[in-house]
Amino acid sequence: MYGFEAMTFNIHGGYLEAIVRGHRSGLLTAADYNNLCQCETLDDIKMHLSATEYGPYLQNEPSPLHTTTIVEKCTLKLVDEYKHMLCQATEPMSTFLEYITYGHMIDNVVLIVTGTLHERDVQELLEKCHPLGMFDSIATLAVAQNMRELYRLVLVDTPLAPYFSECITSEDLDDMNIEIMRNTLYKAYLEDFYRFCQKLGGATAEIMSDLLAFEADRRAVNITINSIGTELTREDRRKLYSSFGLLYPYGHEELAICEDIDQVRGVMEKYPPYQPIFSKLSYGESQMLDKAFYEEEVKRLCLSFEQQFHYGVFFAYMRLREQEIRNLMWISECVAQNQKSRVHDSVVFIF
Amino acid sequence: MADDRGGGWFPPMDLFRSEPMHLVQLIIPIESVHLTVSYLGDIGLIQFKDLNADKSPFQRTYAIQIKRCGEMARKLRFFKEQMSKAGITISSKPNLLVDVHLDDVEARLGELESELIEINTNNEKLQRSYNEFTEYKLVLQKAGEFFKAALSSAEVKQREYNKSPHNQPVESLSIPLLKDDELKLGFLTGLVPKEKAMAFERILFRATRGNVFLKQTPLEEPVVDPTSGQKVQKNVFAVFFSGETLKSKIVKISDAFGANRYPFTEDLGKQTHMITEVSGRIIELKMTIEAGLLHRSTLLQKIGEHHEHWNHVVRKEKSIYHILNMLSIDVTKKCLVAEGWSPVYATRQIRRALRLAAIDSSSQVGPIFRVLHTKKLPPTFFRTNKFTESFQTIVDAYGVARYQEANPGVYTVVTFPFLFAIMFGDWGHGICLLLATLYLISKEKKFHGQKLGDIVGMTFGGRYVILLMSLFSIYTGLIYNEFFSVPFELFGPSAYACRDDSCSDATTMGLVKVRDTYPFGVDPTWHGTRTELPFLNSLKMKMSILLGVAQMNLGIILSFFNALYFGNRLNIWFQFIPQMVFLNGLFGYLSLLIIAKWYTGSQADLYHIMIYMFLSPTDDLGENQLFNNQKTIQIGLLLLSLIAVPWMLFPKPFILKAQHNRRHGNEDAYMPLEDIDDTLHGESNADCEGDHKFDFTEIFVHQLIHTIEFVLGAVSNTASYLRLWALSLAHSELSAVFYEKVLLLAWGYNNVAILIIGIVVFIFATAGVLLVMETLSAFLHALRLHWVEFQNKFYNGNGYQFRPFSFSLLEDESKLN
Repeated sequence: MYGFEAMTFNIHGGYLEAIVRGHRSGLLTAADYNNLCQCETLDDIKMHLSATEYGPYLQNEPSPLHTTTIVEKCTLKLVDEYKHMLCQATEPMSTFLEYITYGHMIDNVVLIVTGTLHERDVQELLEKCHPLGMFDSIATLAVAQNMRELYRLVLVDTPLAPYFSECITSEDLDDMNIEIMRNTLYKAYLEDFYRFCQKLGGATAEIMSDLLAFEADRRAVNITINSIGTELTREDRRKLYSSFGLLYPYGHEELAICEDIDQVRGVMEKYPPYQPIFSKLSYGESQMLDKAFYEEEVKRLCLSFEQQFHYGVFFAYMRLREQEIRNLMWISECVAQNQKSRVHDSVVFIF
Repeated sequence: MADDRGGGWFPPMDLFRSEPMHLVQLIIPIESVHLTVSYLGDIGLIQFKDLNADKSPFQRTYAIQIKRCGEMARKLRFFKEQMSKAGITISSKPNLLVDVHLDDVEARLGELESELIEINTNNEKLQRSYNEFTEYKLVLQKAGEFFKAALSSAEVKQREYNKSPHNQPVESLSIPLLKDDELKLGFLTGLVPKEKAMAFERILFRATRGNVFLKQTPLEEPVVDPTSGQKVQKNVFAVFFSGETLKSKIVKISDAFGANRYPFTEDLGKQTHMITEVSGRIIELKMTIEAGLLHRSTLLQKIGEHHEHWNHVVRKEKSIYHILNMLSIDVTKKCLVAEGWSPVYATRQIRRALRLAAIDSSSQVGPIFRVLHTKKLPPTFFRTNKFTESFQTIVDAYGVARYQEANPGVYTVVTFPFLFAIMFGDWGHGICLLLATLYLISKEKKFHGQKLGDIVGMTFGGRYVILLMSLFSIYTGLIYNEFFSVPFELFGPSAYACRDDSCSDATTMGLVKVRDTYPFGVDPTWHGTRTELPFLNSLKMKMSILLGVAQMNLGIILSFFNALYFGNRLNIWFQFIPQMVFLNGLFGYLSLLIIAKWYTGSQADLYHIMIYMFLSPTDDLGENQLFNNQKTIQIGLLLLSLIAVPWMLFPKPFILKAQHNRRHGNEDAYMPLEDIDDTLHGESNADCEGDHKFDFTEIFVHQLIHTIEFVLGAVSNTASYLRLWALSLAHSELSAVFYEKVLLLAWGYNNVAILIIGIVVFIFATAGVLLVMETLSAFLHALRLHWVEFQNKFYNGNGYQFRPFSFSLLEDESKLN
């Protein structure tokens, strides 16, 4: 029903769209970031944040503050907002909102599994998990010894179960295949999310396919760069790329055979939307790539607010808030460790 | 701007123009600055300007103190939360006699907080072990029951088995089935939250491939979970398994599910021993916890006594430091410079406060007070009392008056309730409203500063508006002669009587006037006659137009006073006069006709006169003529009104242009340079050089819009006042319906039950529809008539409110939050 969302969207989605747009206007602005970057101590940051929407979450924190507390409280705010929206949502929006959290779920599973592999305390690991990606039996993950057990014991109950079909092996878990598992899961998740959005149709499909395609391409580039110099074969590498996006399928062919960062660059520069990202980097450099990608992503996410009557705004809002929390974490870390000169290295201004 | 108040011809009137304000500068030596600001806050008559707007909050001078205050406020919130958890009420009377220093409060709060936290952690530890023991006890009891039940059922089975003649008797139950050393059957017991029990069982099954035996029973009462401290519904479980690998798996899983495991023995003797031991520990712990709680509550009680006072001090200090942050610090760092608006009359009070502060802080140099000259628009400040306040709020809700412009609030005090009453005319309803509002006024002391609900709060805020509204509706109700739509012969007998026996109530035929006209209001005989509606409609309609024209004239006259006060002759000659001519030429004339018709009792058709005054002004009026020379006068008025339109439209923009050219005629060559200057100086220059930019088209279009609005508005606004008639009609008809179709109908059945139902329905309909909803709608219509029809004639409403720094306002705010 493309083009007719305006007639019916507001019946179920209008209230929540209003809510999410309201939340968006509470995002920190460039002026806020400028002020935050000038802070001398974490208390200054708290003081500045208390004038923003984070105020109620931070005001009752006793004074010697830690970076983790700030991040925790800011995340808590996001989680509260998310839960509120999820409570109000009806189908299919509630499913859409749930899809947003699956990425965190995958990360949490990987975190716990890697942690237990290195014999860390489960409680400690649980605290590090992103609260959006929690599910009931998450702590049981520690019991599993291999992928098959992992799936059979725990994940079969979670929404991640269908994504596992491709990576069930009886091999023992190790760092390498955990990482492969993460990427396989993520690939399956992105593809599923993409299909779901296509099914929703209308402006949601249009905007989300653009955002997800960007995400898929970014992952493809990251996988390529990270797997250079490892024992991952070309075939295996190709299997980890999601089967949609701007790079699919010819870009993937080329990425699969890349041997160093400059070759990746050569591949990517053929695609006009990614040209400006790579042209900013000097040859052989990959550190600033993350930031460049984040900046591009933020730009695209902000653009999705320009159109009305679609679910992309929810995805965009969650992503923007997460970026904001990453920014706050970076700023707080820099302030706490007296590295103020590096503050601007990783902060991505949203507005 | 002229300093004499009231615009010349009138004696000074407090509310008519806002207080004259001036921008003052205070230079305060740094040692006395805190005390000075505190004293100024006590007076509450100065609105400080933020002189550090470009600095972020933590870069300001007193950021540290504000942080300290914030920290103290946090501690106070913590105490409050703890107190409300412990059910201790905060004593409401602040003992303000003791003047405490901020540092002392801070130290005291710190001590108390650490003490409280220590007590809390101790208590928590004790509570935790107490909860653990309670759980353990429950596990012992319930799991004991498992074993007993299993044993007894096994015995029953064995007995049955033995009874049957075909079977050989088997060995005693006490001999184990398997040899101990071959395979060890282990078991674990514990508690698992009820909502996780299913998942727990499922995972156990999956993880062990079904090689466990799980037994669960739910506990009847929720238990307190030791880790979270929440009351949770739990199940007692016992898992039986074989082998060490399985054990470690099960332990991991039960940890993951937050299931607390407790040791358990099969031996019955040991079990009872353990139960008694655990019970003993529980009693011990309970006593310790109670002692701890007592200690805690005495501590909290002690805090509760001072809480309000400390809160007050902290809030006050914080507001002082906020103000101090708005002051700019001198380069020598020896004094602070404050700027702010204050009413002129407050100068002496401020000077005294400054002197006092200098003496009290034993500073060697007194603060310097001086008045700055500025072209910025000062804030608007009306000195209202509790009576006029709510009326002023009605005006301010539309827009705050521009500095010193004529304030419609003065007239609103009377016209607002009066217009309301015209729509709400019924002295029965008026008395109900009066009683309600008298109740609110009598409870004024009790309700004031309390947090009321939304609706009650609003009603309470407008109690004096409602008081006047009800008084006026009693008055208009008497004029309409309506008391719940029943007429009364209050002011003597009706002037009409039947000529003979043949006439009935429902007719006017046959009624003759036997006495003088009814002395006050509508003659009761009109009520219920067939001609009642035509008569009342014509009366109320005409009355509405008269009132409307009068109020609009008042609006235009106020625009004259504004023009006079601000010395704007152009507005008098090219706005006020043509507007008066236009409005009165058409609708003033209509009002005149109405009065003339009432006075002479003529049968002339006023619609006809008004319509044909435009369509064919030269035609003969015929029977519609009310007075001599009417035609000539009409043509004259029509011509005047026609002239008034271009008179309003053209001269003003052209004269403005000419004035502008004369003033800047020889500076034209330098204009570009000035423009650059403007952008350089930014804000500070923009408003003092506002008249430099002159855009003729803009002004002309503005004047065009203004003229069109006025000309069309004159017609539509007059028509808009007809809502007075419409609402009044609706009100009287509704109350007639409720009276006749509910009360009289029920009365007609001669049945007590029906009568009671009828009365109940009548009361609720009257209260709900007439007293609440009609009040609301009449209020809204009166509001509209004031905001739109009256105020658009003269009111700019683009000023800003005077918000002084005042401790009493601060207290009010915090009370309401």
